[in-house]
Amino acid sequence: MQFLYSGLTSGSIYGLVALGFNIIYNTTGLINFAQGEFVMLGGMLIYTLFCMFEIPFYTALPLTLAGCFIIGVLYERVFIHLARYKTEINLVTLTIAASIIMRDVAMHIWGRDSLRVDDYIPVVNVQMPGGVISSQSILIIAVSLLVAWGLNFFLKKSKYGKAMRACFDDQTAAETCGISVRNVRIMSFAVSSAMAGIAGVIISPITFVTYDDGIMIGLKGFAAAILGGLGNFWAAVAGGILLGIFESFSASVIPSGYKDAMAFFVILLILFIKPDGLFGRKKATRV
Amino acid sequence: MKRLNFTFIIIMACVLAYIGTQVSNEYYIGVATLLLIHAVNATALNILLGYTGIISIGQAAFFGLGAYVAAVLSTNYGVNPLLTMPIAAAAAFAVAYLVGSPILKLHGNYLAMATLGMGMILYIFMNEMDFITGGPSGFVGIGDIIIGKFDLADEKSFFVFMSIFFMVFLFICELFDKSFLHNKLKFIKNSESACRSYGITPAKTKVMVFASMAALTAFNGAIFTFYTHFISPVSFSFKYSVELLAMATIGGLGYITGGVVGAVLLGLVPELFSAFEEYEMIIYGGLLAVVIMFLPGGISGTLKRLVKRNA
Repeated sequence: MQFLYSGLTSGSIYGLVALGFNIIYNTTGLINFAQGEFVMLGGMLIYTLFCMFEIPFYTALPLTLAGCFIIGVLYERVFIHLARYKTEINLVTLTIAASIIMRDVAMHIWGRDSLRVDDYIPVVNVQMPGGVISSQSILIIAVSLLVAWGLNFFLKKSKYGKAMRACFDDQTAAETCGISVRNVRIMSFAVSSAMAGIAGVIISPITFVTYDDGIMIGLKGFAAAILGGLGNFWAAVAGGILLGIFESFSASVIPSGYKDAMAFFVILLILFIKPDGLFGRKKATRV
Repeated sequence: MKRLNFTFIIIMACVLAYIGTQVSNEYYIGVATLLLIHAVNATALNILLGYTGIISIGQAAFFGLGAYVAAVLSTNYGVNPLLTMPIAAAAAFAVAYLVGSPILKLHGNYLAMATLGMGMILYIFMNEMDFITGGPSGFVGIGDIIIGKFDLADEKSFFVFMSIFFMVFLFICELFDKSFLHNKLKFIKNSESACRSYGITPAKTKVMVFASMAALTAFNGAIFTFYTHFISPVSFSFKYSVELLAMATIGGLGYITGGVVGAVLLGLVPELFSAFEEYEMIIYGGLLAVVIMFLPGGISGTLKRLVKRNA
């Protein structure tokens, strides 16, 4: 049971990252390599504001998210929009280039050490059937589910969300109906980087934050997105949680050094058996 | 059939001959040897990315796989170094084939992530399996290549060996560049569905290209092992894959000259400016982004366009 709880915790983070992958994939057909870097950025910004400048948490949090949001917009404008030849390979390489730049700029600003972010809530261990779960883990799981629910609500009910969903379905048709596809693209990059920022903020008191965290978390988020199936939001969350549980159970069997390898085996296995993902729609993979 | 680019081959041969005969400084010769090794890797990636449109950011892992297979076989089992190179290539071919066959049926996006993942996994294995690889502290005590009476122990003789290998490699690449096969690969890059209607199976061809290039990179990795006599996982990390990607792209995707030009350029700059090292990755990333955004042909492509316009 203990493994289940720790799997749920890391799994909900993967789910959040996977959601970010999904949003961008749906509007642009791209896998955004810098997704993990935005998680790192969220952790770094909250460290700077909350721990270094000691701004109260309830002010620091919106500032961090706004920061991620703005960098997400800039990212789309600079890297994706300006590219002259928008072939798939070019754009993917561009996101790789962007992720390298972000990672190294972060290294120069915040240094190579792991930074510890103070706890947001007092740490208490809650006794649960079959094991203990810390209050931080509960916070992470609750926030992830809340964000996933909020996103769903935003997409279903709000005007912008409806515009985004229209673009997911058919960009040309959406354009004809007077929706600015350009704005939706910017919006999807901004929203997904803000979500990665939330993931970074809530996870950093537990795992700390280092400049090169982004690669691994991005990779695992991608594995979660593939596992659930690209193009389906709840599937992404489910995929993340499944991956987290799978990973923590596997850690009890094989040496922990190999734990990070599991995410990759999951990717391969899924691509081999069912490239649409467990809950994916046919449209998502475009084989 | 188009003419071979003899100018380029002759220039490269002259440069190598000049370095081999006139330069006596061991350090410079060492740098030149490493540049040749980078150039082979970058060209292999160029054939993947520039010709076939397979984006691989796990090339460093194949390079490392080859290096470790050669090192372990020659040191622990006493296999002749020359024999270990094809074995290393075969091992990488097998791994790439296994990994590639499910992934290459899919689109570029998946591929980039999957190769990145594979690179990370092999890197983890190199670090964790310390009973074979020596772990993070590296693998020591690797012997020399011995061909007949020649022991390639000093810089100069190794440079000669590497130059010969490089020239053969370059010539084969030039032949490939003018062959029918290259048209087939570029066809796949441009339109997979059109390929299918002409009776080419894109997935099959892509897997073969991917595995062959992995084998080539591993072969090169084995040479690298016997050159440095010491290998550690650091040389084969994600950073090296990105460097290769930058070299191929900046040099010019889809041109044989591209990989070589990029490798020489990006390989020389850190040697010339020591302050550069700290900002290395930012500069690589920045150059990569600028070249892709504005000069999709890289240096070679842009030069070729200028020459054509003025001629």
